[in-house]
Amino acid sequence: MNINAQGLYYRDLNRKVREAVAAGASEIVLDNVNGQYFIGDGINKPVKIIINGVPGNDLAAFMNGATVVVNDNGQDNIGNTMNAGKVIVHGHAGDVLGYGMRGGRVHIRKDVGYRVGIHMKSYNENKPVLIAGGKAGDFFGEYMAGGVLVLLGMFTDDPEKPKHGFRFGTGMHGGTIFVRGGVDESKLSREVGVFELTDGDRAELERYLKDYCADFDIDFSEVIAEEFVKVLPRSRRPYGTLYCPMPR
Amino acid sequence: MIQTTRKPTHNFQKDISNCGLTGFISTAGNLVEGSVIIKSISLMHDRGNGLGGGFAAYGIYPDFKEFFAFHLMYENGMALQLTEEYLERHFFVEHYEEIPTRRTPAIVHPPLFKRYFVRPLETPEYREAIDFQNMTDEDVVVRHVMAINNEIEGAFVVSSGKNMGAFKGVGYPEEIADFFRLEEYTGYIWTAHNRFPTNTPGWWGGAHPFTLLDWSIVHNGEISSYGINKRYLEMYGYVCTMLTDTEVVAYTLDLLIRKHGLTPELASLAMAAPFWDMIDGLPDDERQLLTAIRQVYGSALLNGPFAILFASNEGLIGLNDRVKLRPLVCATKDDFVYMASEEAAIREICPAPDKVWSPRGGEPVIVKMQPGVI
Repeated sequence: MNINAQGLYYRDLNRKVREAVAAGASEIVLDNVNGQYFIGDGINKPVKIIINGVPGNDLAAFMNGATVVVNDNGQDNIGNTMNAGKVIVHGHAGDVLGYGMRGGRVHIRKDVGYRVGIHMKSYNENKPVLIAGGKAGDFFGEYMAGGVLVLLGMFTDDPEKPKHGFRFGTGMHGGTIFVRGGVDESKLSREVGVFELTDGDRAELERYLKDYCADFDIDFSEVIAEEFVKVLPRSRRPYGTLYCPMPR
Repeated sequence: MIQTTRKPTHNFQKDISNCGLTGFISTAGNLVEGSVIIKSISLMHDRGNGLGGGFAAYGIYPDFKEFFAFHLMYENGMALQLTEEYLERHFFVEHYEEIPTRRTPAIVHPPLFKRYFVRPLETPEYREAIDFQNMTDEDVVVRHVMAINNEIEGAFVVSSGKNMGAFKGVGYPEEIADFFRLEEYTGYIWTAHNRFPTNTPGWWGGAHPFTLLDWSIVHNGEISSYGINKRYLEMYGYVCTMLTDTEVVAYTLDLLIRKHGLTPELASLAMAAPFWDMIDGLPDDERQLLTAIRQVYGSALLNGPFAILFASNEGLIGLNDRVKLRPLVCATKDDFVYMASEEAAIREICPAPDKVWSPRGGEPVIVKMQPGVI
């Protein structure tokens, strides 16, 4: 079903979406979206929501199993505390992407902003994966506790820009970051180190990337043509002695 | 009997606000109607809470562009009388009038707004300042703005630049626009602000933009270094009277750019200086320059989260704090450049921009008017 979001207040739009989900819709197309907050929030049915336009902040927050496809750019706070499901953004995305995400997939085709994957975590079979096809701002993987971040640096609006910003992995103490074509080690935080991929890593990464490439119709062999590095935290408790140094 | 009401344990209608800002410039000097900026800021209605909205517009007074346009806000009749006497003593007033407003249900008990198109009178005091104190007309105007704001109770200069004006007050920005009949103005630079006051009162003078001469600032965030900045500016004769942090940005820009002759790039680097460890990693000449800037202008460093737009008749500049704790998105289309808290606010008035991007923290986006168009 289609909903025309032209000029609709976010509460009215989201009520219509929830009503459609409750009525059993399997695919909802939102046309003329511009800036409406909280689309797809808390939806816990495997419905597909297609957004034509730029959705507002906190897209797919607390989402639990739905799929959201954005055919344009996204704004800030996408996938905030998302539990399960998938977000696909065909343009770029803003800051604080995947904040506290604890399951599901976020696939961004182009650039992403600051603090991507902040506080991402995983638990048992819940393992969030966030893939950015373009370049990233500062604080990539900040305070990351679990899950997987992948940065490709391939599909960008700004070829002049560095692949990633400063303070990469600040406070990271869990999870894994894969970066295509290496990282600028002068921009890494002290909490992380760079490692080569194991065969197991490679198999896992290829599984994620094939899924990503299928969503955007990208040639997988091109993505995998360049070597990836793995960034891991050096410590599981980087600030354990920050205020009170003590022997352990 | 005492009535007791059970209070809810949670406020379920959580206030999700934070300030919002938007602005654009036509570098070719094309005049745009006020309705366009109203449309853009209205999209971000929920970023404010009705305690402040405001606009700055450039190119709106072409008939008086040689005169300083003083927008005055009066809280009482005595303030009006004292200010007009003050202006008569120090200025030649080419024209003055009430700023046209419209009665609207949303705006209750507004102060009185008048505007005066003026130039300094050649008083002995003026001659002394110009001939012996090495001051300019702009310096003289700044001194008078500070005097009115500081010494006349209930009178505030809302703006004082040439061919520009600020319109602001307590209400949502679309209500303030309606009150000031902004759709009747056309300008080549517009900025707008939707306020969510956190640490300071929501009053008419505390709404954004903050201005001095033709500088105007709209700001989302908070200036944690306000105390240091305020005391630093006081040494140069700037007096902070608006009870809120953003005011220091307007005066700092006036000091760094107009008085000290820094370029907008260098002024931005002083206000949002890179961290020392990043400066240490730069090539020698850049490292020396940035070290000098941080040493000389340590007290002009703005700490805390911010996204600001500052405009003047020269152009429009967007700037984030160093670690980008507030949103800022930019876009270009032909001779227009747009800057806003949310991309949607740009797309609302420019559906298909040529380019959309988010500037890095501390990296100013500087857009100048094309030479000769104004």
